[in-house]
Amino acid sequence: MGLAAESQFHVLAVDDSLIDRMLIERLLKTSSFHVTAVDSGSKALKFLGLVEEEQRNEEPSFVAQKTHNQDVDVNLIITDYCMPEMTGYDLLRKIKESKSLKDIPVVIMSSENVPSRINRCLEEGAEEFFLKPVQQSDVNKLRPHLLKSKVKEVGEEDQLINLNRKDINEILA
Amino acid sequence: MDVLQLQRKLREHQAAMLREGFLDDQFSQLQKLQDESSPDFVIEVVKMFFDDSEKLLHNMTRALGQVPVDFKQVDAHVHQYKGSSASVGAARVKNVCATFRNFCETQNLEGCVRCLQQLQQEYSLLKNNLQYLFRLQEEIQAAGGSIPTIE
Repeated sequence: MGLAAESQFHVLAVDDSLIDRMLIERLLKTSSFHVTAVDSGSKALKFLGLVEEEQRNEEPSFVAQKTHNQDVDVNLIITDYCMPEMTGYDLLRKIKESKSLKDIPVVIMSSENVPSRINRCLEEGAEEFFLKPVQQSDVNKLRPHLLKSKVKEVGEEDQLINLNRKDINEILA
Repeated sequence: MDVLQLQRKLREHQAAMLREGFLDDQFSQLQKLQDESSPDFVIEVVKMFFDDSEKLLHNMTRALGQVPVDFKQVDAHVHQYKGSSASVGAARVKNVCATFRNFCETQNLEGCVRCLQQLQQEYSLLKNNLQYLFRLQEEIQAAGGSIPTIE
């Protein structure tokens, strides 16, 4: 799971429009991203394992969040804003409220240029806001955000290793 | 007709569609996304657009036929159509949708009905033009030639 997944970034695309899903998927694939496309916010959360996580929190669980996250290795989420039932903004908030998902960069897309909407999304933690139709030049802007989160991941792994060493030393002392 | 003549015809037809505003640069962007790993990308997206168009035009017709008219519902369909037409580069369709949305906002039934008629016309014209384009492409490929891309 670990080494194979390192070679490609995995992007989760969320859009209720079939045409726009085809388009964003094609754009992402030509940039060598691995893509999963879903048509709603609730399907996105399900894919990310968020529903399951909520169930887990009801029982005492000593399973580290990191382990759970590795079941679904998503490096970036790109979502449409205008969707029925759950908007892209609602999805963004739910992701930022989740301990295990909040560090995944989120990008919002919209066909409407509404400054207050854009600001609200950026304030809630979205990395970028793309106007539709999304262009190759927009997708090219994604890589720095992905690399940033990869570096963070590696940093956390180092901490884990150090912690175990410390424990071992204490046990042996 | 030989391959060279067909290719010239295709180039001219594409140029005309751009010039007359049936298509805009977004269509060229779609063509750029087509390659050996996805050789039918443009046709697939356009087919999807045709299906979407027919569904949405039908929904708009039904919504405008209700008494009283729910303009928010009509606007929702037009909003969707504006989005998908923008995504495939169907410029004239997209522009009519923009006008249509304004009439929905002001709840102008006559304006809405007129826009719906215009949309049906524009969609029909676009569909015929694109189908001709794809037919030319097929003929060129059958004759062993390559498809010239839009400039």
